Amino acid sequence: MSLLSWYVACIQALLILGLAPLLIGWVRRVRAFLQNRRGAPVFQPYLDLYKLMLKETRVGHTASPLFRAAPYAIFVSTWLAAATVPLIALDLPTAWIADIIALVGLLALGRFFLALAGMDVGTAFGGMGASREMLVSALAEPAMLMAIFTLAMTAHSTNLVSVMESHLADGFILRPSYLFAFFALILVALAECGRIPIDNPTTHLELTMIHEAMLLEYTGHHLALMELAAWIKLLLYGVLLANVFLPWGVGQGLDPLTLGRGLGILILKLAILGVALAVGETVLAKMRLFRVPLFLNLAFLLALLGLLSHVILEVGS
Amino acid sequence: MSLSLVLIAIALALLSSALSLGAGREVRIVRLVATPLIGLSGLLACTAGLGILATGNSLETVLPLGLPWLPWHVRLDALSGFFLILLGLVTAAVGLYGSSYIRDLEHGRDSIAALGVFTGLFLAGMELVLIAADAFVFMVAWELMSLASYFLVAFHHEHAANRRAAFLYLLIAHLGGLAILLSFGVLAAFGAGFGFESMRAAPLSSTWASVVFILAFIGFGAKAGLVPLHAWLPQAHPVAPSHISALLSAVMLKVAVYGFIRVVLDLMGEVQWQWGVAMLVVGGASALVGVLFALVQTDLKRLLAYSSVENLGVIFIALGLAVLFLSTGHPLHGALALGAGLYHALNHALFKGLLFLGAGAILHSAHERDLEQMGGLLRRMPWTGSLFLVGSLSISALPPFNGFVSEWLIFQSALQSWQIDSGVLRSLIPIAAAVLALTGALVAATFVKVYGVAFLGQARSRHVRRAREVTPAMQISQGILAALCILLGVLPTAMIELIDQVSAQVLHLGLLQTSAGGWLWLTPISPDAASYSAPLTLVLLVSLMAGIVWWLRHRIPRRIRRCDPWDCGFAPPSPRMQYSATGFAQPVRRVFAFFFDSEEARLDPLEPAPRYRLRLDEPSWRLFYRPLAQATYTAARWIVRLQSGNLRIYLGWTLGTLLILLWIVS
Repeated sequence: MSLLSWYVACIQALLILGLAPLLIGWVRRVRAFLQNRRGAPVFQPYLDLYKLMLKETRVGHTASPLFRAAPYAIFVSTWLAAATVPLIALDLPTAWIADIIALVGLLALGRFFLALAGMDVGTAFGGMGASREMLVSALAEPAMLMAIFTLAMTAHSTNLVSVMESHLADGFILRPSYLFAFFALILVALAECGRIPIDNPTTHLELTMIHEAMLLEYTGHHLALMELAAWIKLLLYGVLLANVFLPWGVGQGLDPLTLGRGLGILILKLAILGVALAVGETVLAKMRLFRVPLFLNLAFLLALLGLLSHVILEVGS
Repeated sequence: MSLSLVLIAIALALLSSALSLGAGREVRIVRLVATPLIGLSGLLACTAGLGILATGNSLETVLPLGLPWLPWHVRLDALSGFFLILLGLVTAAVGLYGSSYIRDLEHGRDSIAALGVFTGLFLAGMELVLIAADAFVFMVAWELMSLASYFLVAFHHEHAANRRAAFLYLLIAHLGGLAILLSFGVLAAFGAGFGFESMRAAPLSSTWASVVFILAFIGFGAKAGLVPLHAWLPQAHPVAPSHISALLSAVMLKVAVYGFIRVVLDLMGEVQWQWGVAMLVVGGASALVGVLFALVQTDLKRLLAYSSVENLGVIFIALGLAVLFLSTGHPLHGALALGAGLYHALNHALFKGLLFLGAGAILHSAHERDLEQMGGLLRRMPWTGSLFLVGSLSISALPPFNGFVSEWLIFQSALQSWQIDSGVLRSLIPIAAAVLALTGALVAATFVKVYGVAFLGQARSRHVRRAREVTPAMQISQGILAALCILLGVLPTAMIELIDQVSAQVLHLGLLQTSAGGWLWLTPISPDAASYSAPLTLVLLVSLMAGIVWWLRHRIPRRIRRCDPWDCGFAPPSPRMQYSATGFAQPVRRVFAFFFDSEEARLDPLEPAPRYRLRLDEPSWRLFYRPLAQATYTAARWIVRLQSGNLRIYLGWTLGTLLILLWIVS
């Protein structure tokens, strides 16, 4: 772990902050195009963040100190989780600090505070959002871990860098287990990022909110941090899907040319994923809450099938 | 030296018991002398455990007690030492806490002296179990522990429900005790002696070994509260005074784990893979059932008790993995799984102790156990609230707290299942890991509910609104446990080195190169396969958070104004509009309806004050206990036919029995 790789890790961490609003802006833009709307420019999320940062921050009378600490905890844990995923370079020292199980743990830490923040002011919608978020995550987390275990057992490692390296070394092999895990992770990503068909990020109908319900009492720079954390989470899942299953293009060296090429390929992959997400959100409708378990059970079964097909078909041979 | 420390600790516990017995009307003696002595006894036990783990050898001696031809053998080795540390840490905090806590009880109807007497005996029993080196002293100490704790559970005996819970506890404890006795009986018969030394050398056929395993699993599993023998636990643990609940849940359940490891891994040595499968199945079922029932509880202490069922299930999943790896010829991975299980046992003792003390603090100052009446306690009791948050984060297995480390280690050892040759086992272990993942996420939901409903929002009743912070002694004792939770979460490598001694003694080999990368890195298999650096995670989390706060404060004019909550512009929120604990759990209850026997009744919603009633039962009563009770009753009806009241028939039975015995002997 050279000093240079730590620099690259810092650059990647900052790149996450820069790319996350861009990805969400792109998804919104494509969605607007598909829905025959003009839509906001791709850079609108940056302006939104800037606006929120300058606005006055309000806190309810009944809020406890936890309410004011939660946005920082949520933002930092999500950011740190994202910083352990190789973005443009493989040689990433932060990946050794937290392996992929710890990444899931860090995301869970953020979610824990998010749900508590929702319940803090003592409003009906906040509690509703927290209760639903914990249900969705309770069903999504095992599916996510199963999908991850499939990858980890193939590479004999839970370290993302090792997983990607072994994948690169093997060349492109279409493993059934990977295919199952990939689809399971897509379903999990939709649920965890609060996208259609689980949750509607643009909803204004109170009774269907999940993520928005927990943010309802937040304003100003608190809200900016929470929004950015949610966008980082979307980017994180996008990068997991794009880089872990298809690691080609991620730079194996640290010279500027490799990094630049890595960045270009990453943006291309994310742009494609963004289009897929926008298409999905345009053609699908949001589900009723009690249909969500079926959706996530499907994710869990896919992940379990992936794991079983790995231990039965692929290990012995 | 260390062994005599333990003996002194036992003597102190007995002294505390005797002082309480002699206290008579001077009940202050219990609070001012006897309870601190409990804490001191715990501290000595912990010191002794640390001492023996630091040196790595074992000490033994013979006590001039017991029967003339069967003196009491005691032995202190690494395994006992580890569990003595666990017992000592929790007991020290409980001793400090108890002194303040029982002050309220002095004016109650229940006898404080009895509380002191049985607490001392209970602790002495647990400490003696941990150093017992023959089956005789083990069973004496075990029964001392069970009986003393029965009286502690029955402390508030004026309520019929408490008496019933205590009786159920006594019944299952004795069924378990019988199974343990029989398992020792088999070992003693083959080893020709009651000493653990001769039992270790016992030449067991695989059938008899399985018999010993099944008996030990039933006996220790009943004490540990594994499904389906768990029904007593959520009834018995909550009704004891809170610091005793902490001892019961945090320590006594671990003594059962100790006994199980002692018999199955130490005394028997050779393990079979079928045992591992049984442990995985029972452990997984306990984990899932425990957490689902914890999630739907509204009584805080009962919720914590159900969560103990869940955690013991997790520990047995880890031990089951250890048995599977050991039986299939992967001793190094077996050692890792055993280490993970032990680590989780210690973690559970710390955070469950902390949470029970927190629940006791709420009970002490707000006189409330029902979550539906709580709310807003973080502002009323800032210290208890903050420390309870540490406990909630730890139990939810979130980094960088201690629960995460043990869960991470269990996942890592489960991920080594590809090394096993049998395809069935290879696919069974990941399913157990899936159950563990589901359990972990549900635990987080449970403790979001507990913390959100009890400590956040607004008070739902008048007496909770008037709650005050508890005394400094009670805060400090919670603080000690919370600090240990953080310490074990951030510096796992130090603890792993101690656990290494245990696996070196029990399995005769150390853990894998778990701390090979130095104190910063936890690398159980190899640095390439998995690494987690808890210190760096904590440093990064804290420094980034501080950095952002500092940056925002300098860059952006921070105007924070207090206002009414928005809540989508509906009427200003009242405490009754908050989400209730029952409401929070409703989606999960509906999704996992299969696990509950529930009965919901809504009265007419047009009534001015419509009421909602919900009754939740455990299917284990319908599927296991009632049929068992019915079968026992039917069997008793058959046996009662022997009792005709006619002396000649009785003599006939005696003659027949004698003839049969003579036939067998000849």
